[in-house]
Parts: sequence; C-alpha cells; structure tokens
Amino acid sequence: MDKDFKRSIILDNYQNPDRKMVSGEDHIKINTRNVSCIDNLDIYLKVRDNIIEDVTFEGEACVISISSTNILVNLLIGKTKEEGINIIDNYLRMINEEDYDREVLKELIVFEDTSKQPSRIKCATLSANGIKKFLEEDKNHS
Amino acid sequence: MNRDDFPILKNNLVYFDNGATTLKPVQVKNAICEYYDKYCANAHRGDYKISAIVDKLYEETREDVKNFINAKEASEIVFTSGTTNGMNMIVFGFFKNYLKEGDEVLITLSEHASNIIPWFMLQKENKIKVNYIDLDEDHEVTLDNVKKAITSKTKVISLALITNVIGDERPIKDIAKLAHENNILMVVDAAQGAPHVKIDVQDMDIDFMAFSGHKMYGPTGIGLLYGKFDLLDKMTPLNYGGGMNAVFVKDGYVELREIPTRLEGGTPNIEGVMGIKAAIKYINDIDIENINKYEKDLRRYLITELAKLDFVDIYNKNTDSNIVAFNIKGVFAQDTAIYLDKYNICVRAGNHCAKILDNVFNVSNTVRISLSFYNTKEEIDLLINVLKNSENIWKEII
Repeated sequence: MDKDFKRSIILDNYQNPDRKMVSGEDHIKINTRNVSCIDNLDIYLKVRDNIIEDVTFEGEACVISISSTNILVNLLIGKTKEEGINIIDNYLRMINEEDYDREVLKELIVFEDTSKQPSRIKCATLSANGIKKFLEEDKNHS
Repeated sequence: MNRDDFPILKNNLVYFDNGATTLKPVQVKNAICEYYDKYCANAHRGDYKISAIVDKLYEETREDVKNFINAKEASEIVFTSGTTNGMNMIVFGFFKNYLKEGDEVLITLSEHASNIIPWFMLQKENKIKVNYIDLDEDHEVTLDNVKKAITSKTKVISLALITNVIGDERPIKDIAKLAHENNILMVVDAAQGAPHVKIDVQDMDIDFMAFSGHKMYGPTGIGLLYGKFDLLDKMTPLNYGGGMNAVFVKDGYVELREIPTRLEGGTPNIEGVMGIKAAIKYINDIDIENINKYEKDLRRYLITELAKLDFVDIYNKNTDSNIVAFNIKGVFAQDTAIYLDKYNICVRAGNHCAKILDNVFNVSNTVRISLSFYNTKEEIDLLINVLKNSENIWKEII
C-alpha cells in the first residue's frame, strides 16, 4: 500500500468518521483521556452475549487519534470479545514495532509507519488501550 | 536580542514556547557548573571555606530576589521548588489556618491549575467557597468585575499577574488597593509575569506571591515565594526536619527557626539558587523594561501578520503581552503543533493547564505562541510562511 493511499484512508476516516457519535444508555461509556497530549475521546460500547454489537465515539482529538479510533471500532463491531482483544493486541504490536499478524488488522495497516513518529504513538494507541482494558475487565466479570 | 548567549538557538531552532519554560543563557549554566566545580558544599552547615562561599552566595541571592521584586526585607523571600510549591505553601501553610467556614476566595476561569486546585482542595477541607470574577469580552479582569464579585465574606483574591493562555496582564495594584479597602488579602501567581514585566511588591501592595525560576531563564526546580513579613511569619511550614529547627529535645519539644529559614526545611536546591542568581543578573543587565517593550513590539508584529491569514482564528487579539493563542480553522491544535515542528518551530498545543477556560473560550485546545526577547521578526516571518503553506498540512504530518 503506497503512502498516498494510506494517507487518503487516514484522512477520510478523520474527516468523515462514520462511528463518531454519542450513543444511548444501552452502551457503556468509557473515557480514554490521554495523559501525554490533549486527545480526549469518549467511547460507547455495547457488548451482549460476548459479542461486540456496537461501538461509537465522541470527543476532540488529533487526526491520528480520530482516524485510528474510527477504523478500529468499525473492525471490532460483530467480533467476539476475544477476537476484539486479539485485533487490538496485534495492532499494539504493530505500533510498537513487534511481530504481528497483518491479516487480522485489515485497514488498520495504514498506521504501520506511525512508530516512525514517536510523538504520535500515544495518539494511535489511545482508544485501543482503553477498549482493550474494558474488554479484558468485562471478560473477567462475565 | 542576546541570541548568542543561547547555544541551543544555533541549531536553527525557533522556540516559541517560553510560557512553558524559557531557554537558559550560558551565564546560568556556567553559574551552576561553577558551584559544582569550585565550591560544592551544603548551605548553613560547614565551618570550612567552600561552605562559607555557598552560604554567602545563597543569602546574597535572597537579597537579589528582594531587589528584583522590590520587597522590603530579604527575610520575606523563601526559596521553593517552583510556583506550584509556592502556591501550595500559601494555601495550605497560611490560608488553611486563616480562612474559616463560609469564607470566600476569588479567582477567575483563566487561572493556571496551580492557582485553582489548591483552593478547590481547601474548599473541601475547610468548607470555604471558591468564587469566580467574571471576565470581560477580551477574557480580561476589570476592576468593576472584581468589585461585583466581592462580598462581605471575601477574604482573599488570588490572581495570575499574567495569565498563561490569554496573556492578559491584570491591574494588580488597583485590585490590591480595592482588596485591602475591604480587608481582603491579595495573592499573586507571577509565574508568567516575573519574566516579562517589572514587579514591585511594595508599590503593588501584594500580600503573597509565587513564581518560578525556569520561566525566567533560570534552571528548573527552583521557585520563589514572597510574603509580607507579618503574614509570612504566620505561615506554617509544610516540611519539618533539618535546617528549619532551632531546638528539639527527647520529650517532643521543638523550637523552630526564624523566617524564612523555618520555611526551607531540608537541604535546599543550591544549584538552583546559584542558577537563579545568574538569571536575575542576566535579566537586570538587559533591563526588564527593555524586555517588556521588545516583546510587546514583537507580539504586535506577530498579530498583524497572523491577522492577515483568513484561515487562522486568533483568540486574544487585543491582549498586549507576549502570548498569542490561535488555531488553523478546521485543524486540531496538536496537528498544527506537529506540522510546525517539522520546520523546527516549537509551539504548545493544548489547554495549557487552564482546563476550565473552555467555559469562556468555547474551544478547549489552542496553539500557543509565547514570545521572549530572543525571538525575532525573521522567526515570525518563517512561521507565517509555514502557516501560509499549510494547505499541505495532511501530506506533511501523516
């Protein structure tokens, strides 16, 4: 995938994020305030019978944060919690320049060069870490 | 001006984040190195020559700070670790004992966290009330609005001399006069003020004031606290231990030393004191009035040029100081900062520790440029050029 194509996908998900909206009370809201920069997103998750039925998000954040969140949550919808955690784990490994499974990441591959911009790593992993924590805790509870 | 004293500027760095911390001139670095190379001893301890040198320089610095802000006595100056430490000493060392349930503190929505959170915490502990002075349409404090906010229960007004996002300079002398007519104490957070404007604590009639070394060309980890002698004498130390006691015996009897020593428990930040001594001399040599005039002229130039760009929103156009807050329309502040960094231009993006200010601004995050005397018109021209080319911003930062 060439750089221009990756950039157009990132930008499209930033400028037209289809999952960026507030959800109702049937969703659980988590905040993923980033401690090192200024991104501040609320994520709304609906998980039933171990399936991630719906995810949306709302808030203010940079291009990498918004775009990676939108792509990630689209990918998570319809997956089991374990599949979701597996996608996120692979995504985090990619961002941290470790071995990862490209197949499960689909469009998230557009962030494969993010590690070259150290100041952006936090932005790219903001939502992923928050959602992972929620899914793991939720898994322990159910 | 004086750019040669800042070796870091030789790397084509455009440093516009002076509100966060200033660069350090080589004279400050040398003073710190000299302490470690030539007379590295503790203060107030040894009976040997190099320790005596440290004692002399340490107390001389207190005198330098006294003169810098025109305090009456050197004993009214306490060395702290920074403005945050100073504000906490003021709030928890003095006002915790001074304020009673129902008493009111006046601040504004544009204060830095250090002048908000300690008061919030005291509000919980002492059941005092934190109230806000309204800001005018330029987000500034007017004397009329202070008058409106004062009630019979107001006991303290605590304001930044210059705020860190808007950059407005408050009429502290007039506010302090009004405060004292109503038996209200005046606290000033001078972190952003001390490096840029002449402060005269006697003329302004300030009761307590805190500021930081690193925002005025000194090292990090050193701060200054001023208090009128009679008030400072009532301050309870937050640190008990070595250096601050006169006598203590087995049965628990403790006698503390005089101020300011009583308020400086533990080994002080001696290299910081040596650094701030050099920094004050450095500022005095240029003259703070010259710094102030130069920076204001430079800001006016920046505003004039920035205002020509129709894709930029400026949030504090009418403020006359060293700070400009803006955004490129439709671009998140952090993305703008990362874009500018590609050209070695350092700016701050965020809420700048003024997290309740979005109640006023209707925007939570801005790009902040805070100027210093070593910034130039050429640097501003470069910034404007880079901003003009920002239609390519996504290509450059993604």
